[in-house]
Amino acid sequence: MTSPAPSVVPAPLPKPNALFEYLQRLGDDRLILGHRLSEWCGHGPILEEDIALANVGLDLLGQATILLRMAGEVEGQGRNEDALAYFREAVEFRNCQLVELPKGDFAFTIARQFLFDVYDVVLLDALAKSTNAELAAIAVKSLKEARYHVRHSGERMLKLGDGTDERHRRVQAALAELWRYTPELFAADEIDAELAASGVVPDLATLKPQWDSLVRDVLDRATLTTPNDVPRLPRARGGRAGAHTEHLGHLLAEMQIVARSHPGASW
Amino acid sequence: MIRSLGAATRDEILAVLDTVMDPEVPVLSVRELGIVRDVLVDDRDGVTVVVTPTYSGCPAIKVIEHDIITALADAGFGNAKVRTTYSPAWTTDWIPESARAKLKAYGIAPPGAIAGNDGLVQLMRARQAPPCPCCESPDTEVRSEFGSTACKSVCWCRSCGQPFEEFKAI
Repeated sequence: MTSPAPSVVPAPLPKPNALFEYLQRLGDDRLILGHRLSEWCGHGPILEEDIALANVGLDLLGQATILLRMAGEVEGQGRNEDALAYFREAVEFRNCQLVELPKGDFAFTIARQFLFDVYDVVLLDALAKSTNAELAAIAVKSLKEARYHVRHSGERMLKLGDGTDERHRRVQAALAELWRYTPELFAADEIDAELAASGVVPDLATLKPQWDSLVRDVLDRATLTTPNDVPRLPRARGGRAGAHTEHLGHLLAEMQIVARSHPGASW
Repeated sequence: MIRSLGAATRDEILAVLDTVMDPEVPVLSVRELGIVRDVLVDDRDGVTVVVTPTYSGCPAIKVIEHDIITALADAGFGNAKVRTTYSPAWTTDWIPESARAKLKAYGIAPPGAIAGNDGLVQLMRARQAPPCPCCESPDTEVRSEFGSTACKSVCWCRSCGQPFEEFKAI
């Protein structure tokens, strides 16, 4: 007599910790964009911009440190901010694809920064009212910094767009290339929905009109054309779930190599 | 010498912290900058100094923590700890008038009033530059929001032709 074959019931996938996931999204956006800005250090077109981009990058790295530290605490597996920054693989990163694109020329860097800074201010303004007190405190602090970030990138957009033909051409081309990466900023999934239900995070859809109007206002004043919402190439998506462009792996290789070559080292 | 915490008063510890200068702006103590938020004295846990960073990415914060612990150890308060808090967020409003005068004498324009949170549409509005700390002229301009440290911007005085730094109001 044979015993009945054991029924194969796959174990249910553990439900991801929504807050841990979300904190990685916030932290990774800042970590990766901060790294991209740091690539300008010593290469800025003028000294003031070299210093400005390094300063903004430093703010973003500082915010990433705080957010990833909190993410590690929420996860409860003993990972700190360094473990998350240096010992995760590309598929484990939760940043949007916009921030991982190579820095390009100065116009591309400024246009990307402007699109992100406006998103950041709108998002942080909403997160400052989070029902999670710790997240709200981090948002209030970061918002102070995001406000002068957007003042800087917005003003640069005006100078590039309403400047020489060459400046205008380059920044308009950058916008055309970047535009398909912006819908991802507002694409909510089940993580957002779960956290929004308890008031921890805002409903991303409610932020989009604010972003649209702020971006359009500056682009109009900069005599730039807001790109068509139906882009030539498909819209970017999936960064929040670990799907990235080929560029992230190269960035991580550079960012992580020292920590991985000398694990546990301190300096 | 490790002193008994029974004798440790909060005021004594605050007096020690008055001697710990900010590494980037060495005319101001960490208390004058508003970085020190609280001092906790507990017989079991010892001394804990609660600090808040000025900027999220301020590279000086580790040095400041080290300086605080060292100064307290030198004063006999061994094993002091530093804890970081983010709420309420640091603001230049916590810098007292006396400290603002020291900043100005050092050649750094003290922080002005914080721009009101008057809605997102006002984000791009240019702000007023502070008077020149050298010649007092109001005929100045902000050259860059970003200077030698996260907390300073770079300004220019049209009157005396002197560039100067401003402690940013946030």
